[in-house]
Amino acid sequence: MVLNMNEAPLFAMDKGCFAYRGDDVLKYIDLRLAPGRFYGLIGPNGSGKSTLLDLLTATRCVRSGTLHFQGRPMGGYSKKELARKIALVPQQFAMGFDFTVAEVVLMGRYPYIPRFGSPTVRDRDLVEDAMAKMQIQSLRHRLVTDLSGGEKQRVVVARALAQDTEVLVLDEATASLDIYHTIEIMHVIRTLVHEQGRTVIAAIHDLNLAAAFCDQVIVLQDGQLHKTGAVAEVLTSRLITDVFQVEPELQLALYPSLESPALKIPGPALTFHPSSAPMSAPLGSGWPTYLEFPIKGPICPPRLGKNSPPLTGGVGGG
Amino acid sequence: MSAKPPLTLLFLALFLILAIILATGMGFLSITPGEVVRVLWFKVWGGPLAEDMNPAFPFVILEVRLPRILTAAIVGGGLAMAGAVFQAILLNPLADPYTLGVSSGAAFGASLALVLAILGVAIPVFFSVPFFAFLGAMATLAAVFSLAASDGRFSSNTLILSGVIVAAILSAGIGFIQYLADEQVGVILFWLMGSLVGKTWSDVLVTALFVFPCLLVMLYFARDLNIMAFGGRTAETIGVDSRRVKKSLLVCASLMTAICVSVSGIIGFVGLIVPHLLRLVLGPDNRLLIPACFFGGAILLLTADTITRAWLPTELPIGILTSLIGGPFFCYIFRRKQLGVQ
Repeated sequence: MVLNMNEAPLFAMDKGCFAYRGDDVLKYIDLRLAPGRFYGLIGPNGSGKSTLLDLLTATRCVRSGTLHFQGRPMGGYSKKELARKIALVPQQFAMGFDFTVAEVVLMGRYPYIPRFGSPTVRDRDLVEDAMAKMQIQSLRHRLVTDLSGGEKQRVVVARALAQDTEVLVLDEATASLDIYHTIEIMHVIRTLVHEQGRTVIAAIHDLNLAAAFCDQVIVLQDGQLHKTGAVAEVLTSRLITDVFQVEPELQLALYPSLESPALKIPGPALTFHPSSAPMSAPLGSGWPTYLEFPIKGPICPPRLGKNSPPLTGGVGGG
Repeated sequence: MSAKPPLTLLFLALFLILAIILATGMGFLSITPGEVVRVLWFKVWGGPLAEDMNPAFPFVILEVRLPRILTAAIVGGGLAMAGAVFQAILLNPLADPYTLGVSSGAAFGASLALVLAILGVAIPVFFSVPFFAFLGAMATLAAVFSLAASDGRFSSNTLILSGVIVAAILSAGIGFIQYLADEQVGVILFWLMGSLVGKTWSDVLVTALFVFPCLLVMLYFARDLNIMAFGGRTAETIGVDSRRVKKSLLVCASLMTAICVSVSGIIGFVGLIVPHLLRLVLGPDNRLLIPACFFGGAILLLTADTITRAWLPTELPIGILTSLIGGPFFCYIFRRKQLGVQ
């Protein structure tokens, strides 16, 4: 599948099935995920993305079939053992109690600190490092309940980074963030993959984002594996029509850079234009230069029927 | 963690000891704190008791007041800790020890025992009101848990809803029993209002036997409980066995509540207010909050009980007093917090 034959898979799922209250959510999934990649998990709402992530983070178990992580069955790991290897960034952050930002990020060190022990210097360092990466050091004494949605989400990502795991699983982690922080977080995570060899599996709704940051995409449809492979091969206009039932002319409205039959990313002809993006300072140096972030100009609201007139750049749909 | 936890707890413990000594001295027969300490010292280590002391003092202190005061302290502490744990597990600041219907179960059991006595059915002393109350509470818990367990995860909503359903059914049952009791319904009503009158050393022993072991279990899981604030799914990915933690703590907190209710009747507000207030002051870290709640709840209920025992012309049921004082105070705190006053 996505894997070279000589590479040991990180995750190996064979005929993985999951049913919830009698409904089949995932059906006979065969999946091999290699270490050191950035996987994007895409698919329509209800296609089973979150459930697949639940299986990969062991918060649910396959009903039939098998799932191995690093050659061992998922059920053979203790919770703590797994928490030192796989971290999750959930979509929503519901923290009902007034912990401070620093306390929350330190909770990421839970699987390393003995029950009645205190954090070591290394724990503190990793927490500082994670807060620095998410640029939340200045918030450290603030209560998480007082933060804005975007700030909260950065705290959660920092908490997961502090967990210092080989695998990071993101469940639409940037869905509530503005474009600046979305790109910032994705960039940090991409660095983890490409510079530290970690593996990231991210459920992403925004196909532009998936195209821009992921190495590989896993496409789910109706609980089945539709396709997996490199971004450029998989993320085609055809696929979007097949999986999301969006006609090609409508795709152009939301994804102006998308040209049939295949998405133009990544390609040598594309360059990053700092002037066209609202952010430049913190991202400037490390930003991949082959990338043109596809959002330019006004975007048409997706309130479009099949018989809408062809779109011509401006704001349509009204 | 804010401030210095051991220091905070030490301060609270000293405050509780002081409150116990002062409360023991107060009442119809006024005894100075010095004399209380001397009697206690004599009781524990022996030695000469001052000859000028009223010979009734040792009896009043050791056999009348101290058992009641210690029961009040342990019940108050137990209810407050149970409240803190329920709030943390159910992720709901409005939860209290009675959220899962424990109080209704205990009330039903107690009412049943009382009405049987009223109707002339002889029950052995051992199967008295507290025993029936405890049985009622445990049966209710079993019902609530089995209702809530159907979704496999003990989600907060399912638990709270199950508690509400079971409590509603039991309320109807209590109503029926009260109807049966006819003119003597006052006995049942008075029990329901809660009271610490006439508590003995065996009450102290029984409550301590449940509350302190449960306290240890709570302290053991306190750190996991902090992580559970993220919700069960995320907590599991941080390494917490959330189902095990949830089950153990629910059982502990419920046991604690059941024993407190069966000994003292239904005492409201302690389990809601104390964790809330202490969380405002000390922060939400359960490793500090839970033991602090024990001291806080103990001090509060002890004070309230001393007020009804020693100050008021007639003994008001303690449950009424805690709600009367606690309610407005809670409003005040709530309002202040809403307005953002530090």
